[in-house]
Amino acid sequence: MAHPLLTVEDVTKTYDGFKAISNLNFYLFEGELRTVIGPNGAGKSTFFDLLTGRTQPDKGKIEFGTDPADSHDLTKLDEVSINRLGIGRKFQTPSVYAEHTVRENLILSIRGARGVFASLFHKLGSTENDRIDELLKLIRLEAKGEWKAGLLAHGEKQWLEIGMLLAQEPRVLLVDEPAAGMTDEETRRTGELLLSLAGKHSLVVVEHDMTFVKQIAVNGRVTVLHQGALLCEGKFDDVQADARVREVYLGRGKHGTR
Amino acid sequence: MATSEKLEPPAPPSDATAAILVFAAVTMLVLPTLDAFGVIDHFTLNLWGKYLCYALLALSVDVLWGGTGLLSLGQGLFFALGGYMHGMYLMRMIGDQGQYHKPIPDFLVFLGWTELPAFWKPFEHFSFAMLMVFLLPGLIAGIFGWLAFRSRIKGVYFSILTQALTYAGALIFFRNNTLMGGNNGFTDFKLELGFALREPLTQRGLFIVTAAVLVGTILLLRWLQGTKFGLVQRAIRDGENRTLFSGYATPAFKLFIFVVAALIAAIGGALYVPQVGIINPSDMQTDKSLEAIVWVAVGGRGTIAGPILGAISVNLLKSYATRAMPDMWLILLGGLFLLVVLFLPGGLVSLPARLAPLWRKFRPTTSATV
Repeated sequence: MAHPLLTVEDVTKTYDGFKAISNLNFYLFEGELRTVIGPNGAGKSTFFDLLTGRTQPDKGKIEFGTDPADSHDLTKLDEVSINRLGIGRKFQTPSVYAEHTVRENLILSIRGARGVFASLFHKLGSTENDRIDELLKLIRLEAKGEWKAGLLAHGEKQWLEIGMLLAQEPRVLLVDEPAAGMTDEETRRTGELLLSLAGKHSLVVVEHDMTFVKQIAVNGRVTVLHQGALLCEGKFDDVQADARVREVYLGRGKHGTR
Repeated sequence: MATSEKLEPPAPPSDATAAILVFAAVTMLVLPTLDAFGVIDHFTLNLWGKYLCYALLALSVDVLWGGTGLLSLGQGLFFALGGYMHGMYLMRMIGDQGQYHKPIPDFLVFLGWTELPAFWKPFEHFSFAMLMVFLLPGLIAGIFGWLAFRSRIKGVYFSILTQALTYAGALIFFRNNTLMGGNNGFTDFKLELGFALREPLTQRGLFIVTAAVLVGTILLLRWLQGTKFGLVQRAIRDGENRTLFSGYATPAFKLFIFVVAALIAAIGGALYVPQVGIINPSDMQTDKSLEAIVWVAVGGRGTIAGPILGAISVNLLKSYATRAMPDMWLILLGGLFLLVVLFLPGGLVSLPARLAPLWRKFRPTTSATV
């Protein structure tokens, strides 16, 4: 079997004595679309924080790269360096730049100049403009390019943020609850978009909505977190049938199928 | 403007460009001409020269506050340092025309010095003094900013530190042993590049230079807003964490803009000193920097016109109020700040947009189709 792109081994993270993540093992392979589910407080957001350098684990290793001889230790890198390695993140609450136009949001995100002086003298080339037009079309906001992002509907903001993520052309996309606040139709389209990205990119999607999870986990695997630890991992149907999962998560009905 | 239309494609000149042209024409041509022909008196022109220097300080505050979300309460330090660096040259140009008729500044004679301290010597060269106007404030802003931003000091903690920084500066300059004139600072200047400072012609020249620097700064800031840097700057203001996750090392961006802001304040201070004729450590006191915050809030932050408008209008009011009712000025200033924060958060520049609906209400015939 190939070496994973993302290797998380025996990772523990404690906040004031509370174990947000405990002895977690997680492997993501190149091109995979992995869905992560788990009740509130299962450690999903902390997991993303650890992967993106927002916080560091108390112990364990987090490595990035399919070549074990040339992989990066993410526990030693900050947000910016990790982002530049090609790990992009979409936040749970849509974080777009509200005062910037939709197009400017994409300009800020598009792969390329990131330094102070580079950005002072950066000229937007036609390839970049074409890429932005392409993205606007993909996220169905081509008519709203000059709108202030803060004026978009909730679902549209989610899409814009997905567009911003894609603009960075990351190798790994960490996507936190992309379908939150969307209509059923928008949710379905979001699922299609994510599925179309798998293969070219590797994705980790955190989600609550079980209809949505079923849609995007059609080929991939589902990881269930519970109290910061791995509960089980496998195909959607197997996970759904697992007695432990039903007990801690699905069985409560709180987050069940809408 | 008719001639230029032939040469260029007919791009509609925006309101902002027109406003800058008008502002440049009024400050660089009209006011000095009116002064030269005696329509306005020299005192008035000199007062407006001071306001324009304050406008530079206000821009320095707003580049950080409205532009980047960094509320610095210490921009007065950089303004004063710029003033001191130019002041050292002006002190040297007094020569032996001081009270003691010695070849060194009076305050040094008073402190018992017979020779010039070594660090004073190069300041007899105008070019060296001008270099230091930029170098010293830039260096201090660079070191402070580097330390603060890499430690991720944000929000009120950043504001408090900047206030402490300018206060520390004031304490250092209050000391006689700093050899910068102590409590009294520098004054009694005589010559600037060989021109007598008391001559109206010299003051008029200084006014025009100040106006030109201000217009140049406006153009620079407008250019900056249009670059990708400007986009990142506003992104940091609206969501710094998001900006980090977009791959921008925000500390470097903040450091750059902090140094730029310090340089804008410094050049404002350097132009202030020969026109006002004095610089002392009270300009580094925290209340001076806070006053500049009020100008920006009153004018309208996050814009270029706002800080300039605020600096001029509040200081016009101050010039009037400190004569008409000297005891009331601080109460007036505080009241003004409260009023703006409560009822006009966008400042004076937002007034036309705020009044437009009212205007339509009272003129129903003209707005019936709108």
